[in-house]
Amino acid sequence: MNEEYALELIEKGRRVDGRKFDEWRKIEIVPNIVKNAEGSASVKFGETEVIAGVKLEIGEPFPDTPNEGILVVNAEFSPIASPDFEAGPPGEDAIELARIVDRGIRSSKCIKLEELCLEPGKKVWCVFVDIHIINHKGNLLDASALASLAALLNTKIPKIEGEKILRGEFEKNLPVQFKPINVSVCKIKGNFLVDPTLEEEEIAEVKLSLSVRDDDVICAMQKQGSGELKAEEVEKIMDIAIEKSKEIRKMV
Amino acid sequence: MAKSEVKLLIDGKRLDGRLPGEMRKVEMKVDVVSRADGSAMVKFGNTVAIAAVYGPRPLYPKYLQEAKSGILRCRYNMVPFSVVERKNPGPDRRSIELSKVIRLALEPAIFLEEFPKATIDIFVEILQADGSTRVTGINAASLALASAGIPMKDLVTACSVGKIEDTLILDLSGIEDNNSECDMAFAMMPSKEKITLLQMDGTLKKEEVKKLMEMAKDACAKIYEMQKNAIKEKYR
Repeated sequence: MNEEYALELIEKGRRVDGRKFDEWRKIEIVPNIVKNAEGSASVKFGETEVIAGVKLEIGEPFPDTPNEGILVVNAEFSPIASPDFEAGPPGEDAIELARIVDRGIRSSKCIKLEELCLEPGKKVWCVFVDIHIINHKGNLLDASALASLAALLNTKIPKIEGEKILRGEFEKNLPVQFKPINVSVCKIKGNFLVDPTLEEEEIAEVKLSLSVRDDDVICAMQKQGSGELKAEEVEKIMDIAIEKSKEIRKMV
Repeated sequence: MAKSEVKLLIDGKRLDGRLPGEMRKVEMKVDVVSRADGSAMVKFGNTVAIAAVYGPRPLYPKYLQEAKSGILRCRYNMVPFSVVERKNPGPDRRSIELSKVIRLALEPAIFLEEFPKATIDIFVEILQADGSTRVTGINAASLALASAGIPMKDLVTACSVGKIEDTLILDLSGIEDNNSECDMAFAMMPSKEKITLLQMDGTLKKEEVKKLMEMAKDACAKIYEMQKNAIKEKYR
């Protein structure tokens, strides 16, 4: 019902909430919302709300990158956020979302992982980014990526004493050099919509998500949904994403 | 993001002697699992994938059924000995994501509405991994679907493209994949040039994305011919 109405409006060039096709919902970013986390942020895209927290731990580096810290991104679709979410281990949607956010942060070299080495081959900082969905009203991916970035930007590295992490006492900020922004674009009836709501996601034929870095370089891309795209459409979406990423980057 | 200092291009040639735009040797064979309704094996160099299709068959438990359409299920799996370091059996996060993107790459090609309440199950097993496993799996799965007689709009054809040492390349091998600046998995229905899988990891400028898509499209046209030949071979 809602979907049909949304579709009707889109054919007339309008959206249910009155936005332009390339307009974000009202975006709110609140940094440092959780005291016990080394970094955290809450992000709202309209009614969609996502929080991300960063915890740091000392661990062993991967054998092929002995001088680099480790990044782990995880997402939880908690049943609090939607009647469609169920408790239990992460499903394929949560895993896909976490892996796309991970790729955006990793490929863009957003975090200088090489500065997170404590003892080559033995001890490095592990950066755990945990994404928690609080309210699902569409476009979880862009909100999650932004919450993760905002959380990383206020993450502080704790002091250590031998093996012990002195929680609550900080050495310095996490070295972050880029701000990758995720932009998801839905294709509906030949139109390209930025920041889709839940209804718009339901009626979208296909969705393409891109992560764009400060220098307009594209650092991750994923087609989502079961539809199809033409190469020209991909190019057009790239233009939109590069443009729209700038607006958000100014906010963090 | 050259993690280790591996030289991937020597005098314009890749480690296995290929030119940047060259594919590895491709082999395809239909009907390799006789119990399945359709199956296929596809090799891209050392990467070997087999896919089997079961269905359309009734879907249980019943609450999973769709009244007006069938559903497609897909499981991508790497066998434990397919890689150098043994992989723990069973699904990990990577294979769960890949199962999903493979399903979504194939779904647009299938007339699922012809099979209400039913399921079509696709199982992709990677027997030997040397880069580009998901696209090899998609090529095999698409052949298996066709061989099972599932009504389709077109075959789905896939390949990988990427960038090493500032050079755009086709069909990444395992070592190239691990050390590439960027890799992109690409699938399309060639007759209408509709892209059904697009996944990119790494850093690329907009123009480079365009070039890679062109390159992938051309490669898919060639793979498409091989797929058609493989199916014809079945009836020879």
